[in-house]
Amino acid sequence: MSGGRGAVATVVGLVIWAAFGFSVAGTLAAGQQRASSAPLPDTFDFGHSATPEEIARLDIDVMPDGTGLPQGSGTVAEGARTWAQSCSGCHGPEGEGATAAPLVGRDPDSRRVTVGNYWPHATTLYDYINRAMPRDAPGTLTPDQVYGLVAWVLSQNAIVGEDAVMNAESLPTVVMPARDRFVPDDRRGGPEVR
Amino acid sequence: MTDTRNSVTTSRGRGRLTRREVLAGAAGAIGAAAVTPVAGQQAIDTTRRPGRGPNEIDQRSPFVTPQRDPSATSSRTPLQDLRGTITPADLHFERHHGGVPEIDPDRYELMIHGLVGRPRIFSLADLKRFPSTSRICFLECSGNLRRGSPETLPQMVCGLTSQTEWTGVGLSTLLREVGASPDATWFLAEGQDAAVMTRSIPMEKAFDDAMVVYAQNGDALMPGNGYPARLLLPGWEGNSSVKWLRRIELADQPFMTREETSKYTDPLGDGSTVRQFSFVMDARSIITDPAYPRVIEPGWHEIRGLAWSGRGRIARVDVSTDGGATWQAADLQEPVLDKAHVRFRYLWNWPGGPGEIMSRATDETGYVQPTWEALRAARGPRTRYHQNPITSWTIDDDGRVLFGAERLRS
Repeated sequence: MSGGRGAVATVVGLVIWAAFGFSVAGTLAAGQQRASSAPLPDTFDFGHSATPEEIARLDIDVMPDGTGLPQGSGTVAEGARTWAQSCSGCHGPEGEGATAAPLVGRDPDSRRVTVGNYWPHATTLYDYINRAMPRDAPGTLTPDQVYGLVAWVLSQNAIVGEDAVMNAESLPTVVMPARDRFVPDDRRGGPEVR
Repeated sequence: MTDTRNSVTTSRGRGRLTRREVLAGAAGAIGAAAVTPVAGQQAIDTTRRPGRGPNEIDQRSPFVTPQRDPSATSSRTPLQDLRGTITPADLHFERHHGGVPEIDPDRYELMIHGLVGRPRIFSLADLKRFPSTSRICFLECSGNLRRGSPETLPQMVCGLTSQTEWTGVGLSTLLREVGASPDATWFLAEGQDAAVMTRSIPMEKAFDDAMVVYAQNGDALMPGNGYPARLLLPGWEGNSSVKWLRRIELADQPFMTREETSKYTDPLGDGSTVRQFSFVMDARSIITDPAYPRVIEPGWHEIRGLAWSGRGRIARVDVSTDGGATWQAADLQEPVLDKAHVRFRYLWNWPGGPGEIMSRATDETGYVQPTWEALRAARGPRTRYHQNPITSWTIDDDGRVLFGAERLRS
């Protein structure tokens, strides 16, 4: 979802990534992987235009600035009920200890990768739960249920309080403990092992 | 209905033998004849009995049974059973996060939108109408190392790499068609599986060598490899070549999906920072023969293996037969392709007695495949992806070849 944007975090992120050279050459016809050497027509006119409705049907992603978050909201208490019903079987009643990887923990020195010590963006929780959870019935949760689960997981990790309400306005403002841990890949080939 | 039944009968009648029939026939012939076999003579004398006729689709000899090794989330290519560089499509490794979807090609669509002038939807037939291109390259999962025990097959050490001649359309061709904005710096690739897999990819790669492919070794993609169409990012970690591709969205920032934040990232040695968007697969090699579980005799052996790099061509492969004390250049089988598996070979006269053989790849950037200790020193103990250490096979007094698991301890 790449509509309106403008959160401060996004700007910071852009500066960081631009500094590491992920810029794109302006040309659109580099076409190194194209077999033919003949000039391409301006357009092949294959396929059909995507209507706003067609785009909206598939465009489910949520960006760090909150772009893509739907209407709706959920509380920690509501999330706890959904958790017990749909999630605890794999993730455990408290978010750790069952067959799935643990989700709870704040210790940055722990080898356990959790939401509290490793996830840099709270919005990723919404995006991922909405698209891929629960594993046996992905995509079946309502926006209110997903917001509630996000609130509950964040609360379990002591990132938000037990009275937190998650919605399109509040979720992008959550600052994750692991936000500043991530650095761009500095491997460049050559003799140095990185 | 009758026709179908007749067709099946006819097919059998033309001589397609099942494995059971062949084995039963062989056993019967041995039992009936009860004579000492002549060297080179088959249990069934193939010169005295016509073989099967032409059939619709061939299958491997019943004596040849290479198999992937499946786990709950992946299946590994039997590197020890293969001799060339192209992986048969049915032995290509799989790694998926929500199972293999069954997609009707007539209903398949790829939508490209976001920072584009003309958001558009393409059918599979549309994709196939665009100018096509083919490329031979490897595809490797970045989680491709098991350290295991001495009883570990090449397949289990690093069987999450395979090579294919892929055919499809250059992503830059599609981006030209939709009028990609120069403001776009990243694109999201999204799959149609139950994980609805998503990764953010720099636009630089899109204009370099990214493809949307619909053919694998000239045939349609196998379901486990993205049928009917997938993204292909040569040289980059397999997860980023999103399968069952349904949507591409251009944006001016990465999307920070789960698979590029909490997964497929690399905690570094300082204990606090984490390497992100570590796409490129560093150079690597493995000896695939002799390897566990072979038992070898003293004398001449050709040490054989695979080497590859996500940064370009393999420049050289060195082999050591004395546990890394000395190294000699191996022969490379032409053609040595960009971002592709290459075969290396080294002729070795094993004198008997304990030994250890190992290989070390160098790519055209000058990168030399590191030891396990060098990797750990550079990244610390927590990095799990992108492990490409030199691996070895030990030979004991009895000629038993075992995985050099000790070298990957600590």
